[in-house]
Amino acid sequence: MAANKFPVEASHIMMFARSVADDNQIYYDEEYAKTTEPGTIIAPPTFVQASAQFDPDYSLRPKIGAPWFGSGGEPTGIKRESSGGGGGGGGGGGLHAEQHYEYHRHPKPGDILTGETKPGKTWEKEGRRSGKLVFSESITEYRDQHGELVVTARGVGVRTERPVDQ
Amino acid sequence: MALKASELKVGDTYSECLVEDLKRTQIVQYAGASGDYNPLHTDEVFTTEVAKYPSVFAHGMLSMGMTGRMVTNYVGDGRLKKFGVRFTSQVWPGDTLNATATVEEVSEEDGETIVNLKVETTNQDGTTVVSGYALARVDA
Repeated sequence: MAANKFPVEASHIMMFARSVADDNQIYYDEEYAKTTEPGTIIAPPTFVQASAQFDPDYSLRPKIGAPWFGSGGEPTGIKRESSGGGGGGGGGGGLHAEQHYEYHRHPKPGDILTGETKPGKTWEKEGRRSGKLVFSESITEYRDQHGELVVTARGVGVRTERPVDQ
Repeated sequence: MALKASELKVGDTYSECLVEDLKRTQIVQYAGASGDYNPLHTDEVFTTEVAKYPSVFAHGMLSMGMTGRMVTNYVGDGRLKKFGVRFTSQVWPGDTLNATATVEEVSEEDGETIVNLKVETTNQDGTTVVSGYALARVDA
C-alpha cells in the first residue's frame, strides 16, 4: 500500500477504534488522553492499515466511473472469460496471511504520514484446503512529516488455487 | 496501568472476549473505517455466487484489530513495540472470539524492560483464527 499523504485525524481514529470494538477513551477523548502516559490521543495498533483510504490507486475501493467487481444487478460487475472460482477466491484479490507491525512511536492526530511499500520475498506452498498457495510479502515504512520512521509494517498476502475448503 | 516486570511470571495469561455473535454490520463498519471494500467481506451475493464461499467473512485485519484491543488493554496505552500475527482460519458472521496473551519472556533490550507475549485468538469451536506475538515495554 502506498500513500503519498496520510493525515492522521482524530475522527478517523475514533471511527477506526469503533470498528474494532475498542472503547478505550484514549482513542476519542482528548481530555482523558492528556491524563494518560502518552498524553495525547494515539492510534490503535492496526490503524495504519487505514492508509488504504489515502492510496489513490487502492484496488479494493470502488472508483467513480470505473467497473467494480462486487454485485449490482448481477452478482459481479465485471464479466470474465471464466471465473472458475479460484485465483484468490474468485477475484477477491487474494487473502491476507500475515501482518506484522513494529512501532517506533504511535501515530497521533496531526501526523502526516507517508507510506512507501517495497516488495519482499515470495514463496509457494501446497495447501491442504486450497491447492497451490503463492505467498508474497510487502514492507511498508510509515514516516512522519519530519521524515522520522513511525511504523514499519510487513504484510504477507496469499493467492489460492481455489477457495479455501470449509 | 502499566505492567511491572517484577509482577510478571512466564506463563501468566490475560484473556478477553473480543466479540460475541459477530455481525455483518460490524464487518461493514470495519470496511468503511479501514477503506478495504473487498466485496468478499460485505457483499453476500458476490461472495456466495461468484467467489463460492458460504458467506461473507471478516477481514483478517478486523480480527487482528480486535485482538490488538486485548493486547493494549493488558500492556497499557502506548507501550506496544511489536505486534504480529498469522491468520490461520477465517472468521465468519456469528462467530464468537476469545483472545489470550501469555507471557513468554521478560527481558532487557536497549535499556528497556520488554515483555514478550504469545497472542492467540480462538473461535467458539476452539479453532485458532489469529496466532502471533506482541512485545511491549513494561515498568522495571
